[in-house]
Amino acid sequence: MELTVGPNQFFWAADRWASFYNNQLDAPVDRIVLGELVCSKRLPFYQDHLPDAISTLQRAGKKVAMTSLALVTLKRERKLTSELAGMGVEVEINDLTALTHLPKGMRFSVGPLVNVYNESTLSWLASKGATRICLPPELPLTSIVILTKAAENLGIAIEVWGFGRVPLAISGRCYHARLHSRTKDNCQFACEDDPDGLKVSTLDDQPFLTMNGVQTLSESHACAARHVDALADAGVAALRLSPQSQSFLEICRLFRQLLDGRCDRDIFVDAIDHIAEGVRLSDGFLAGSRGADWSGRPQERDERR
Amino acid sequence: MVMEIVCPAGTPAALRAAVKAGAHTVYCGFNDETNARNFPGLNFDRAEMREGVTFAHAHGAKVLVAINTFPCAGHEATWHRAVADAEACGVDAVILADPGLLDFAARNHPGVRRHLSVQAAAANADIINFYAQVFDVKRVVLPRVLSVQEIAAINAEVEVETEVFVFGGLCVMAEGRCSLSSYATGQSPNMNGVCSPASHVVYQENEGVLDARLGGYTIHRVGNGQAAPYPTLCKGCFNAGEKTGHLFEDPVSLNAERLIPQLQKAGVTALKIEGRQRSRSYVAQVVKNFRAAVDALEAEQPIPEGMLARLSEGQATTTGAYKKTWR
Repeated sequence: MELTVGPNQFFWAADRWASFYNNQLDAPVDRIVLGELVCSKRLPFYQDHLPDAISTLQRAGKKVAMTSLALVTLKRERKLTSELAGMGVEVEINDLTALTHLPKGMRFSVGPLVNVYNESTLSWLASKGATRICLPPELPLTSIVILTKAAENLGIAIEVWGFGRVPLAISGRCYHARLHSRTKDNCQFACEDDPDGLKVSTLDDQPFLTMNGVQTLSESHACAARHVDALADAGVAALRLSPQSQSFLEICRLFRQLLDGRCDRDIFVDAIDHIAEGVRLSDGFLAGSRGADWSGRPQERDERR
Repeated sequence: MVMEIVCPAGTPAALRAAVKAGAHTVYCGFNDETNARNFPGLNFDRAEMREGVTFAHAHGAKVLVAINTFPCAGHEATWHRAVADAEACGVDAVILADPGLLDFAARNHPGVRRHLSVQAAAANADIINFYAQVFDVKRVVLPRVLSVQEIAAINAEVEVETEVFVFGGLCVMAEGRCSLSSYATGQSPNMNGVCSPASHVVYQENEGVLDARLGGYTIHRVGNGQAAPYPTLCKGCFNAGEKTGHLFEDPVSLNAERLIPQLQKAGVTALKIEGRQRSRSYVAQVVKNFRAAVDALEAEQPIPEGMLARLSEGQATTTGAYKKTWR
């Protein structure tokens, strides 16, 4: 199985952004998706670094794609979306709007925020030129098995969410701005101090969600590690790892070792615990229970941390 | 032309009540996971659907059937059958969200008019025109992320009709793109037609304090005697940073009755009322009010104001994304 680094979901200043992708030159990953997924207001902060990052990563042997926004509403966002095909790399559509702007016959990939729940949608996307689909994170293993089989016959590679805070919702409203009593249009980049989003806990102080501007993610890191054998048997082509500000290179290496059979899944989980202290894991979506559940040993956590 | 009032009907009795109260159009669903209000005791079996369509047509009203969840891999036949049965029942349109299902309906049931569900979250003119061209969709229900000005701009660029929500429950997240409920309870709007299900709600009283939990997460806490709102995830109370509160949305519902004239100017064809889970008396009341409002608008009379406030959840209402500052 290959490893794909998904688009960064958070707001990082240009320096952090550039150094993250510079680190990826040595990472044992095959594909990297660049670009802005969550908020079009963040893009100008690192836009100028994109061409360099694309060519440097390509020279290092990585396949590079550019994501579309997850929710396209404004005129400016429609224009940005229409310009994606001109960047010279594969486009990953995360809103079907991006599909409408691709030149006829151009191949593309589909990100986890496009609703691909069944064989008909999969084959419809194939007929439009899709060659790779990262399935929605909420799909259970039973659906993944059926869809991967259907994809095989259509020449489509299937990718599955491998690791990271999982995107749960996107909105017209910016919650970071709301938290600071501002509106989205006058947000003053309220999200810039939270490089991994802001923890949202319940009234019992139980960590639950992560606030990231217009996006809401899980607080737990969805982790496919305990299911890699089943995913490999199903014919899944790649796992997607979602960027985070801490220990990401180590996480990539660990996943490579796991996929190569150089470490077993329990050792993997212990190692994740060790390098990413305080990380809560979940894999309930894959198991078909509630997304927040974890199939492994209960993690010892101070719930209030 | 008078704006079309599109009313919810969770039961045959609600359908009849809505039609008698003056609904131009009623929307409903089959009693399974093919529709986004798959609640116990709600929705129509095939015979009820046929009777409902006959009743509505006899009174000059239309019936739309929502088949707007995302078909499950390996079980698409259930959704395909729903489209075929809707056609056999003589419905006026099906409301669909999934591209695969739209493709199926356009190929196999071209005679049934297709509307694009709000669950497809088509939020700009490019994607709306695309759905119109590729699947011959005739109407699009707009997601609740757009301001009135943006709706007007969209209508200037599209040929298809647009329908917008004006009253009832309010999704704060883009519809069809939210797995919050799935994450907390395992029940998903997209797959099961369920959000924040009652089966996962627990109320617990302890020393004069009432906690409301959803899937084990405490998201409301009120003192004795205070009204306890239903713990819908996006309207729950949470902690973040230094703050505790309704970080996503207050426990409010949508009421855009005052915006009806602006929505008409913005080129909107139909006004949609949420609430297939509501009683027939509620539906009748809301329909009467909105019908009176659009009839007054058509006759260039002032619209009676504020009649609906007491029907709203927790008495508090919002105009949501229709006003830009909501964002």
